[in-house]
Amino acid sequence: MPVITYRDALNQALREELQRDDRVFLMGEEVAVYNGAYKVSKGLLQEFGEMRVVDTPITELGFAGVGVGAAMVGLRPVIEFMTWNFALLAIDQVVNAAAKMLYMSGGQYPMPIVFRGPNGAALQLSAQHSTAWESWLAHIPGLKVVAPGTPYDAKGLLKAAIRDDNPVCFLEGEMLYNTKGEVPEEEYVIPLGKADLKREGDHATIVTWGKMALVAVQAADQLAKEGIRVDVVDLRTVRPVDTEAVYASVRKTNRCVVLEEGWEHSGVGAQVVDYVQRECFDHLDAPVLRVHQADVPMPYAKQLEKAAKPDVPKTIAAIKRVMYLD
Amino acid sequence: MAKTKKGEPRPANAAAPQNGAPADGDDAALNRELLRSMLLQRRFEERCAEAYAIGKIGGFCHLYIGQEAVSTGSLSLLRDDDYVITTYRDHGQALARGITPRAVMAELFGRIDGCARGKGGSMHMFDRNTNFLGGHGIVGGHVPIAAGVGFAIKYRGGDQVIICFMGESVVNTGAFHEALNMAGLWKLPCVFLIENNRYGMGTALERASAIHDIHERGAAYNMHRDFCDGQDVFAVRKTVGEAIDRARREQQPTLIDVRTYRFMGHSMSDAVSGTYRSKAELDEYLKRDPIALLRAHMQDAGQITDDEVHALDEEIKGIVQDSWDFADASPEPPLEALYEDVYVDTTS
Repeated sequence: MPVITYRDALNQALREELQRDDRVFLMGEEVAVYNGAYKVSKGLLQEFGEMRVVDTPITELGFAGVGVGAAMVGLRPVIEFMTWNFALLAIDQVVNAAAKMLYMSGGQYPMPIVFRGPNGAALQLSAQHSTAWESWLAHIPGLKVVAPGTPYDAKGLLKAAIRDDNPVCFLEGEMLYNTKGEVPEEEYVIPLGKADLKREGDHATIVTWGKMALVAVQAADQLAKEGIRVDVVDLRTVRPVDTEAVYASVRKTNRCVVLEEGWEHSGVGAQVVDYVQRECFDHLDAPVLRVHQADVPMPYAKQLEKAAKPDVPKTIAAIKRVMYLD
Repeated sequence: MAKTKKGEPRPANAAAPQNGAPADGDDAALNRELLRSMLLQRRFEERCAEAYAIGKIGGFCHLYIGQEAVSTGSLSLLRDDDYVITTYRDHGQALARGITPRAVMAELFGRIDGCARGKGGSMHMFDRNTNFLGGHGIVGGHVPIAAGVGFAIKYRGGDQVIICFMGESVVNTGAFHEALNMAGLWKLPCVFLIENNRYGMGTALERASAIHDIHERGAAYNMHRDFCDGQDVFAVRKTVGEAIDRARREQQPTLIDVRTYRFMGHSMSDAVSGTYRSKAELDEYLKRDPIALLRAHMQDAGQITDDEVHALDEEIKGIVQDSWDFADASPEPPLEALYEDVYVDTTS
């Protein structure tokens, strides 16, 4: 099976969906002539032309709204945000328009639109370029929120997101674009809302998604060397959450750590803990713990940034605590 | 959903001039349709005020009284396959576009037969059958959506247009400027129609905008711009007709300042006049009631008699009463509807 980067997996997904359906178009800053700020859309302008791969001014609120309007009348826009940090300028369109249009129109106007771009921290980008936004987005009924951690998942889930008739927020990662993984040559689509067991074990469960799936897998592999076997439940979609996959794992291991890139307060992880305490209360042998970003804006200095981010040692420490090994 | 039934008023689209040429006021049949459309909105809104007062309509309710020449004048020029999008002051345009009074009133009453199945209410009229893309509640938020509809029309190579209604306070929002820039840059077939009723809630235009001839904002986006008297339905048709023609034939957007006045408060929660505008000012504008102006024109031209006006008014009052009775009899959405229409189950 070919091994390709996460970036190229996304590029393949976009190309295949642009070929498949002429209602699909890609719009955003630098997506066309520049080939994408992170080169995700490389070559697409040449192949599909300027009506379908559209450079915009720096005007997030405006072009997000253009996507919403186009989706209302039957096109299938893929709106790229150079980062989700900039998408906050467009949040009115994502939340008040895209997410609510179907409901407030009494079911008349579905919203087949994808908002995508990198989410969360890279390296030393400091406070305004490093936020993980999934908790904000997952809060909103009407949105689906997807956060793939591997090239395989990125491709299959982006194709599903583009084909979905609901608004989908698709969270990528600058630190993921160069990561590599196996991606089959034949076409495949991964349904939204289905978790994937990235590692299997019976001692404890790590529930995670997005970029943190890599951290969880690394932690699991290190723990395995110590004889500790953990399930890594990669949610892949944080709205809706594949609760059954979480319950099945926790009922097997009886111990759970929730790992997320963003802040603790009101995080998606808090919602996962709520699901677990309600449905797996009698199965738990330890309180559910969470690993997350420190409750501060992201600092610039290397040492402080490292201290702020969730990582492999913090995850391993949490697993050992729920196993009462510390 | 809301199909126009026989016997219910229809919009005056049928009489649209072939090439967007101005109506000259001589067409008695057309003028009668315009009068009917405007009078329907007036009588409908009067009953809405009554329904609001006795609790049949809840939430925020923004009436259109005084501005009827704007909706009727502009929407009488559209084709059925064109698009309309507007703000939360949307009852007038909904009726003028041809959503049935029954469906609009049922929506206001929060009933299942409403044009948004009781989920939207006063501020969110939607109707797929008439390409009525909604009343929208966030000031300025719908203007980029209109640009997106224009983009889609161009993407498909069609010759439709979209009219985007907005209040004059919208011109100070970022969304307005971002949308107009793209519409100007990409030459989108949009008519951005400012219903300039002089006040954003209680803040006068002059206290909110650094320039007062707000159509000139279009200059920043290399866009055609114009203004007209919004109380004169013929003036609205002339100016908007030119803009529609420009959008349809040349794919050029236009920004129009249609100068009107609302005879009611900002919403049903507000006094008609008070701290922000005087009774004397209101009285001055009431002299230019758009319906009275059209009626006077028609009577002067011998196009309608007093008896005919009276008969038309009685007929329309009956239609509005029918819409009330229909809405009152329509059930509330069942509890199962609570979780419906959050998502669709379909994929492409």
